[in-house]
Amino acid sequence: MRNSSPIPGNAIADAGAGLLGTIGRVAIELVTEVGFASILLWRSTLALRKIGRSMPLVIEQARRIGVESLPLVIMTSVFTGAVTAVQAAYQLKDFVPKIYLGTAIYKSVVIELGPVLTALVVGGRVSASIAAELGTMRVTEQIDAMDAMGIDPIRYLTMPRIVAALVMLPVLTVFADILAIGGGFFVSNASLDLSPKIFIEGMKMHFVARDVLGGLTKALVFGGIISLMGCAAGLRTFGGAVGVGAAATRAVVTSCVLILVSDYVLAVLLFKIIFGE
Amino acid sequence: MTERPDRDTTATPGGGATARRGGTTAGPVIEVRDLWKSFGDQEVLRGINLTVLDGETMVVLGPSGCGKSVLLKHVIGLMKPDRGSILVEGNELTGLDGRELKDLRMRFGMVFQGAALFDSMTVGENVGLPLKEHCGIEGDELADLVEGKLGMVGLAGASHLQPSELSGGMKKRVALARAIALDPDIVLYDEPTTGLDPIMAEQINQLIRALQRKIHATSIVVTHDLHSAKFTGDKIALMHEGRIEFVGTMDDLRNSDNEAVRIFIARGYASDHRTAWESRGERQ
Repeated sequence: MRNSSPIPGNAIADAGAGLLGTIGRVAIELVTEVGFASILLWRSTLALRKIGRSMPLVIEQARRIGVESLPLVIMTSVFTGAVTAVQAAYQLKDFVPKIYLGTAIYKSVVIELGPVLTALVVGGRVSASIAAELGTMRVTEQIDAMDAMGIDPIRYLTMPRIVAALVMLPVLTVFADILAIGGGFFVSNASLDLSPKIFIEGMKMHFVARDVLGGLTKALVFGGIISLMGCAAGLRTFGGAVGVGAAATRAVVTSCVLILVSDYVLAVLLFKIIFGE
Repeated sequence: MTERPDRDTTATPGGGATARRGGTTAGPVIEVRDLWKSFGDQEVLRGINLTVLDGETMVVLGPSGCGKSVLLKHVIGLMKPDRGSILVEGNELTGLDGRELKDLRMRFGMVFQGAALFDSMTVGENVGLPLKEHCGIEGDELADLVEGKLGMVGLAGASHLQPSELSGGMKKRVALARAIALDPDIVLYDEPTTGLDPIMAEQINQLIRALQRKIHATSIVVTHDLHSAKFTGDKIALMHEGRIEFVGTMDDLRNSDNEAVRIFIARGYASDHRTAWESRGERQ
């Protein structure tokens, strides 16, 4: 039977210490993972010298990361745009003219919702998949076998995944932006009594290229985070099937946390400092 | 690597490298000197010393978990020791990195315990990968070479299969074919018969022996299977609690007074094969 403290105050202190311990362990794990991912990024950058030989691998990964994620991105984007239209119309009614609905949808989708939601849904799918694949290769000694043959696993496994994700996340984000705006456009016409002409007029009125550029810059960084954290978790896997499951979970958690943190950092950097007032 | 004299292909297993080469003296190819390795508080290798001569097949025998596979991974540079040195033809391996280590590894072939086939590739792609990556061979030439290697392990025509379609014994054969793809000077075998039924284990033992005669490579076989050791090895090294307790021929092993050797034999490791071993009598 489990021993419990006879003094209630001590039990609370034990619970607090346990919670702090858990938070500490998670923080150490996150920092360790990010540190390992940084080393991986450096070694993958060096491996770029041989990207010519790895091009078929990059194309294969681009297909798996990009093309196979498309159905998920389509569903997420169309409904995100539709919901944004309904919510914006509800929040803006009575004090903002309807013409600004197009502006609100375009701005929120291109700057924030497109890149972030695409990164979160693709990140969940891709980082877990990369971590599980590389993790299985690690625990079944396939990565050792590759090393033993004199084939660099960083060049053969990691670099192609990172390059493919860096290319495909902005591409998926462009798709997501178009589809989300399309979803908002459709709902605005179908149920919010807003003509297509006014919707498009609202979008054009405040269109600036730096919004698109900012959103795509975010997507590029998110692509790097997703692939790097997936590879880092996979390559650090140990302990069989349980270890592979833990690696996939770790990859998704660290990817999502870093996407949200870096979204804030990039928002400040891009829209306050670089593009400025 | 120095040129090796031709072997007597009719020699019986366990006859000893020197005997098979007509008494010529071979130089050391692999020298492990005072090798130490710990994982946390656990000392796995505690001052290993081992010398493998040119063309010789050294079997490292010992119970599961005694550090045999860790030793093998040090020999090919997959692990770095805490201290000690590993010399491959007189060149220190432990300090190598990057390009030098890669060049050295290309002279090795290794068969992993679980075969370690790339499960996203076909059998042919597995065997052809080192040829494609290091020699730039592609197309029909690659297919012919792969077919040749698969033929050497009795799997001609299997290049289109996926690893998931293979039995345990077939996977080990493909791993063997992949290990010899680059015609290595040194072949390392990590528990080649583990997880196989006695008949399949026997076939793998025979295949290892046949390949040794064909490719004339220096080999280290790590196993806990006494019968496999007897069949494949020229010399036996018994590993116990992170140290090499004994090195000699199978006859020396059987007649040894070393306590670790007596305990290992008495506890009946590889008892599955004991009957087969005894029924064959003294093969040498």
